[in-house]
Amino acid sequence: MATYSTNEFKNGLKLIIDGDPCNIVENEVVKPGKGQAFNRVRLKNLKTGRAWEKTFKSGESVEAADVMDTDMEYLYCDGEFWYFMDPISYEQIPASLEAVADAKLFLKEQDSCVVTLWNGAPLTVSPPNFVELEVVETDPGLKGDTAQGGTKPATLSTGAVVRVPLFIDQGEVLKIDTRTGEYVSRA
Amino acid sequence: MIDTTGANPAALTAKNVKQRLGKRAKILAAIRHYFDQQQVLEVDTPLLSDYPVTDPQLDNIKVENPTVNYQSTSQPWLYLTTSPEYAMKQLLSLGSGSIYQISKSFRQDAPGPKHSIEFTLLEWYRVGFKITDLIDDVTALLMALMPSSLMANGVEILSYREAFLRHLSIDPFSLTTKQLEDFAHQNIDCDFTDQDKDIWLDLLMSHCIEPNLGHQAPCFLIDYPASQAALAKITHDEQGDLVAKRFELYIEGIELANGYEELTDHDQHIDRFEQDNQRRYELDLPTQAVDQHFLKALKSGLPECAGVALGVDRLLLLAVS
Repeated sequence: MATYSTNEFKNGLKLIIDGDPCNIVENEVVKPGKGQAFNRVRLKNLKTGRAWEKTFKSGESVEAADVMDTDMEYLYCDGEFWYFMDPISYEQIPASLEAVADAKLFLKEQDSCVVTLWNGAPLTVSPPNFVELEVVETDPGLKGDTAQGGTKPATLSTGAVVRVPLFIDQGEVLKIDTRTGEYVSRA
Repeated sequence: MIDTTGANPAALTAKNVKQRLGKRAKILAAIRHYFDQQQVLEVDTPLLSDYPVTDPQLDNIKVENPTVNYQSTSQPWLYLTTSPEYAMKQLLSLGSGSIYQISKSFRQDAPGPKHSIEFTLLEWYRVGFKITDLIDDVTALLMALMPSSLMANGVEILSYREAFLRHLSIDPFSLTTKQLEDFAHQNIDCDFTDQDKDIWLDLLMSHCIEPNLGHQAPCFLIDYPASQAALAKITHDEQGDLVAKRFELYIEGIELANGYEELTDHDQHIDRFEQDNQRRYELDLPTQAVDQHFLKALKSGLPECAGVALGVDRLLLLAVS
């Protein structure tokens, strides 16, 4: 079992806490006057996303999490799993709904995604920051309204629903910011 | 400490260099003026020592001794001092009278917002002073250096016991190690266990109490448990518990100074050093040779005195902000 000592703690280090993989967000050494030093660490649970503060006695060892970010190509979904391919080894791995989570709304075939692997299995999936997706359903576009006015919902090919300007028509391809789920421009 | 106060050129810019250096120089001059008026003598002791410190919470930075091949008596390593304490106490034992020093100290600490491996320490010793005299002395120095807004409410003197009662509603002296451990686990997310009562006291102090100290007025925390005496004298408090004649000064949650009514007895020093090395052994840390020059000075007699070390970089941060 690989471990890290508190003196190796730094931002981004991955640890196993209570069985879950966690990421160090912030590491602060606190020391009262002349006494024992402690590492007060802000952690993020990579499975649940929960962030909280935990304290370690300096010198303590903590189990390391075998967590790795890998660039992988999204292939297809068979209804149960989302399949990703390592572009170098061509190895294909299935990701569960739990791992894909909200990213599923922005996964387009052949897009390169960051798949975070824990012990070789997908833990989380991050789509590219911007994706180009086709509008499959929206109210007809309003001619002439190119600059101002309200927005309307549009359903994209992945099933995502985003707010778009009134002039957008069905069949158009749009650039979407996947971090906010917002329309950026026509592609 | 991330230095914003003029000691580190890397932290300065062309825009702020004159202002920062000016403020630092002004405070250093005011410190020297204060001690000059008090007829305390400035001294300048070596930064390299033949011996490390035994304190289990301190680690020296060591450097290769370049003279090792020329002198058969030389040791392969020299140690950058963690404070000028031993050297200054040697001067006291020789009859220097009250002395002060502004110098760099080095500690192998993890760097952080309040810690740097190199920092400036003001350390001074007052012959014939009791711990209460020293608190008055530090207060007078603060009055001379700090903005009047920080000193408007005078200073607060708070016992270690009172601090725990006020902020956590527990008495650190009457609780057992196990009770403190349970209390800590209920209040702080941590998994480790330890048989050492001081670990739990340190954890609660650093996480739940220190951040609250010294906001209304500078706070002298006094009457530490005897187990945290370091090289301070030990006495009984009003409740009959053994406490150290030691204080820590906090301003706005920041620990600024650490003072002692100094232990002078040679044999008691040997006991404390042995306890340090015992604790080091328990913690899997290397045990350290005891500074023979310091022991020799103690044998010849250290005068009754009180001494304090004050972090100058932190003082500047508070004085200019």
